[in-house]
Amino acid sequence: MSKWQWDTFFDAFPMVVQGLGITISLTFACYLCALIVGFVWTFIRRMKFKPLRWILLWIMEFIRSTPPLVQLFFLYFGLPMVPVIGVALDPFTCAILGLGVHYSTYIGEVYRSGIDSVDKGQWEASQALNFSTGKKWTKIILPQAIPPTIPMLGNYLIIMFKEVPLASTVGVVGILQLANNYGAQHFRYLEPLTIVAILFLVLSYPSAILIKKLEVKMNRRFDKKAVLKESKGAVS
Amino acid sequence: MKGVEITLKVLFASILLGYSMAFIAGFCRLSNNIILRSFTGFYVEVFRGTSLIVQLFWLYYALPMLFGWDIGSNFWAGVLAISLNYGAYMSEIVRGSIQSVAKGQYEASTALNMSRFQRMRLIILPQAVRMMLPEFGNYLILMLKSTSLVSLIGMADILYQGDLLKDANLSLAPTVYFLVLVFYFIIALPLIWLTKKMEGMSKKGVAS
Repeated sequence: MSKWQWDTFFDAFPMVVQGLGITISLTFACYLCALIVGFVWTFIRRMKFKPLRWILLWIMEFIRSTPPLVQLFFLYFGLPMVPVIGVALDPFTCAILGLGVHYSTYIGEVYRSGIDSVDKGQWEASQALNFSTGKKWTKIILPQAIPPTIPMLGNYLIIMFKEVPLASTVGVVGILQLANNYGAQHFRYLEPLTIVAILFLVLSYPSAILIKKLEVKMNRRFDKKAVLKESKGAVS
Repeated sequence: MKGVEITLKVLFASILLGYSMAFIAGFCRLSNNIILRSFTGFYVEVFRGTSLIVQLFWLYYALPMLFGWDIGSNFWAGVLAISLNYGAYMSEIVRGSIQSVAKGQYEASTALNMSRFQRMRLIILPQAVRMMLPEFGNYLILMLKSTSLVSLIGMADILYQGDLLKDANLSLAPTVYFLVLVFYFIIALPLIWLTKKMEGMSKKGVAS
């Protein structure tokens, strides 16, 4: 068997690329799920009732420190067998739930760091101005907490993009699955797998650079604001 | 559950290899030699840009075809994939923390007539390692999670054993996978504790 065959490469390429749509849409679906569930974790962290908070935080730690692959298997193979709440999920939903919830624990931490970074004076000021809780969050805290976390959130999008091939193990036909299928049919794994690697690199590397640029821009903007505030303080 | 032993073996091997890879690549990226620097830069970007599962399959299925030699066993394919992947991520941390040691420290050690090696070993590294510790702890847990992938290339780790049990009796599936999750969590607990401790260590005795 010769080592590298260009015709196999070109033969496999269109087939593997077909899966790209599914891989990308799955990434965004998981990401959306993680963004939403992440809010839930942040909310839990701020809960007043201690025992419940404690239990839920341990659950979060549990989800965080166990492999997403096993969680996927649990959802896909295990859940339908659970007596009462057992529902059979199709692979796509299963992947969204599994990966989404797994990464939501990370996203929740990002939110938390954003909220923690809001200056204490802002909390006090909104209280002094007699804002309601809802208004305090929507008008004062969140507008300041979210922008600094955007680069971090973007990083997680890229990380999730790279984790999505895990879903091929429960039967989502993304690029990795197609490459493996091709490999099994023609008994040539080298070219299709290389294509997959190249596709990932081509998609994730530019976006990583973009996010880095965004980060620099954000940093500059927030620094400028801080500098401005200081200089104003000095003048008055 | 005999799988725990294999999971732990893979974990330790990849931790050792991964950390050494991180330091080697981290230093290479700081070297003055432009070929060495760009080569490691290429390595880091490739391994950071593609996903671990793809690398794993590539090392296991594709590499033997490309060069005609086998990587030996699925154990080494798994360990290599995990450690090369996380080595690439961690080398960035190594580089970042070495670069963030204050310039004055370099100048002072030069002024004290230290050799390059002495400067690195006695002055820079002790300060840089302290900054690396918390991040390294996080990567321990990430590596543990990624060891579950080796079951996909046929290693009999915890997950693989769980799969076998599930195949034997499908109605056991929820219990089996839950147990597998619990096993991973039990292995992760000391690592979480270690991470917290490392964070404490890196904060100790530093102003602000």
